[in-house]
Amino acid sequence: MRPRRGLSHGHVGSLRAPDAAMALRNARDLYTRRQEGVSIWVVPATAITASSPDEKDAFFDPAADKVYRHPTFYEVPDGVQHL
Amino acid sequence: MYGNDGLLGEVEAAEEALRDAAGRRLSGGEGLEEYFIAVIEADQKIEPRDWMPDSYRKTLIRQIAQHAHSEIIGMQPEGNWISRAPSLKRKAILLAKVQDEAGHGLYLYAAAETLGVSRDELVQMLLEGRQKYSSIFNYPTLTWADVGAIGWLVDGAAIVNQVPLCRCSYGPYARAMIRICKEESFHQRQGYEILHTLAHGTDGQKAMAQDAVNRWWYPSLAMFGPPDADSTHSAQSMAWKIKRFSNDELRQRFVDMCVQQAEVLGLTLPDADLRWNEERKAYDYTQPDYDELKRVISGDGPCNRQRMAHRRRAHAEGAWVREAAAAYAKKRHAIV
Repeated sequence: MRPRRGLSHGHVGSLRAPDAAMALRNARDLYTRRQEGVSIWVVPATAITASSPDEKDAFFDPAADKVYRHPTFYEVPDGVQHL
Repeated sequence: MYGNDGLLGEVEAAEEALRDAAGRRLSGGEGLEEYFIAVIEADQKIEPRDWMPDSYRKTLIRQIAQHAHSEIIGMQPEGNWISRAPSLKRKAILLAKVQDEAGHGLYLYAAAETLGVSRDELVQMLLEGRQKYSSIFNYPTLTWADVGAIGWLVDGAAIVNQVPLCRCSYGPYARAMIRICKEESFHQRQGYEILHTLAHGTDGQKAMAQDAVNRWWYPSLAMFGPPDADSTHSAQSMAWKIKRFSNDELRQRFVDMCVQQAEVLGLTLPDADLRWNEERKAYDYTQPDYDELKRVISGDGPCNRQRMAHRRRAHAEGAWVREAAAAYAKKRHAIV
């Protein structure tokens, strides 16, 4: 669901429906009773491929030793501006 | 301990705590069970695909399902008054409230489904009487004032019970509860407003409001469950951080909240022994009849049969809608 224009869609919850059109209507009734959104996407749960929590260390390992990807890694000399 | 502002503050604090905890580093947690314990100790959330002990899973399924069933059955006592609400405004509000209850039931079924049980199975277990719902919905709504008393006392007690669940260790349940509590605070206020209006109306209206409070007070106290000494599920649930406070602590919190609110209404709570205890900094009060609670839970309350018969009938009469929607989806699928 997109809460307001300019924000990206975020996951808000699950529901059951026989098809996509019904899923959209059910999502409207279930998750936007108080105008929480201006746009809804529905995706069948079976269409989602997910990483597994068991392999999270190995899977995300390549990023673990690359602190130089963050600006805070670098030393900034005193007095330099607009950097 | 918390009024309405305090309540929403508590819910927001729970959301905040959830984000803080997520950034915390876990200590230890090499094996599966050690990892599970480390997550709970750090106040982080267990998520659906994480390893968890079987009994943790079972406890949660039982509790979330019972909670979901309560929301669904809970539509009946209030639904009883939709067609007879005293004004169009009251009718529209009550309709919105009952729709919310349906929504809350569905959030909770979705949370339960993440534990590997299907909604159809849960609904079936309710219909066959193999899973329970809150005892409170087995009492009748005799007058319009009962709709007010339900909002103030029943939803009030539910909120006191549910706000700590926003910090429950199981992620999907905690998230559903945050959503529910935010919506629930309107329910309590609308009930209070109904009673306040009646209590400041004619003598007859005030008497009707008082009568409703008299009948709903003790069943509402019983909603917190048996006294701690007799509570079967409590200790383990506390250790797993599913539950954060004991039944008696929450009941006391509810009583302490209600006394002042009743004064503003100009109504009395039906307890001659209700008085402030300076030493405990809390109100002494008369306990509800726990034998009655047991009877109502085991199926022998004033409306148990009626509620279940209605639910079974509604489910059976809606079968053609579910079948038609499924058939239509199948047909469309075949064409594409």
